[in-house]
Amino acid sequence: MAAELHVELVAADRQVWSGEATLVVARTTSGDIGVMPGHQPLLGVLESGPVTIRTSGGETVVAAVHGGFISFADNKLSLLAEIAELSDEIDVQRAERALERAKSDADASAERRADVRLRAVSAR
Amino acid sequence: MGAQLRVYKRRIRSVTATKKITKAMEMIAASRVVKAQRKVAASTPYATELTRAVTAVGTGSNTRHPLTTEVDNPTRAAVLLLSSDRGLAGAFNSNAIKAAEQLTERLESEGKQVDTYIVGRRGLAHYNFRERKVSGQWTGFTDEPTYADAKLVAAPLIEAIETETAEGGVDELHIVYTEFVSMMTQTAIQAQLLPLKLEEVAEELPSKGEILPLYDFEPSAEDVLDALLPRYVESRIYNALLQSAASKHAATRRAMKSATDNAGELIETLSRLANAARQAEITQEISEIVGGAGALADATAGSDN
Repeated sequence: MAAELHVELVAADRQVWSGEATLVVARTTSGDIGVMPGHQPLLGVLESGPVTIRTSGGETVVAAVHGGFISFADNKLSLLAEIAELSDEIDVQRAERALERAKSDADASAERRADVRLRAVSAR
Repeated sequence: MGAQLRVYKRRIRSVTATKKITKAMEMIAASRVVKAQRKVAASTPYATELTRAVTAVGTGSNTRHPLTTEVDNPTRAAVLLLSSDRGLAGAFNSNAIKAAEQLTERLESEGKQVDTYIVGRRGLAHYNFRERKVSGQWTGFTDEPTYADAKLVAAPLIEAIETETAEGGVDELHIVYTEFVSMMTQTAIQAQLLPLKLEEVAEELPSKGEILPLYDFEPSAEDVLDALLPRYVESRIYNALLQSAASKHAATRRAMKSATDNAGELIETLSRLANAARQAEITQEISEIVGGAGALADATAGSDN
């Protein structure tokens, strides 16, 4: 059996995803980071961006995460985010509309959020 | 129908209508308690993970941070009071307000100046009526608070604590909210939110006494703490808002249940009185008829002679 790590992806008001995985890629403030089983204990600040989870079943779960933390210890990985959405929960049309609106309002953070959502969907 | 009887009948009708309303309110509150409790449960994983992370940074590094450092001589404190927008919840709001006033009194006796921040229209009305200064106020979401609401409340408080005291900042942050113990018990409690006492934070973890590993911080321990502590405060405020909402609904349910019970009792008493009045009326009518017949019989008997 391949080595696995347990992943908990939790948003402030709910648990978004939890399960076993072989690889998790997330974006921290100092760059993308990939965590595999047996990684050194880690605590980092996340940028808003897509998080990719390669599950032990060989599937890929992509989530859009806006701000939060990644913490890894004892083969348990927690992704804490204020807002987290799985790519199949994202409403593409709504995200596109939000992107248009953010562009016209010159709202950089809203534009980035919408962009992250759309990229999470396209990475599916 | 006699006048007395009519009055009783009217009162019974009015109390029955009130009883229907309070019964409906009781049922609505009961379903909302369950919903609010579910939200508290849903927010627990995030809070637990966050607490773990805060403890890990706090104990695993020697970083000093304005949010964790205690000032030697605290002179200003902020008190955040969580009340509700709507009443009809028994002593819910007055208990929370009383707790906040006790806390304010204690802090003032320690020589600290207190800034009050209030959530909920009830608490606000209490302070405005007494013309006390309120530094910050939020209303409109106490029934179903969201994380965005908690962020909104937390933002000025974090800002105040990060500001130097001389420039209008505060040294301490206290929170007063109603803890949801069970359906029957809710207690108003006062807690110090900031500066954080890391030992107390560690106590809250379900796995007490666990040795935390040495973490690698990305990008650095200070940056992680910088980002982590405001989130921790937000999550604590969110949790307090949710508990307060659940408590409010439970208190409403209880208040409405006793109102319904009282209405039932009142209806019973009034029905008895109405019955007695009806009976008295009948008795009076009978005695009038008997008396009238007797008088008539006497009169006929007299005319025979």
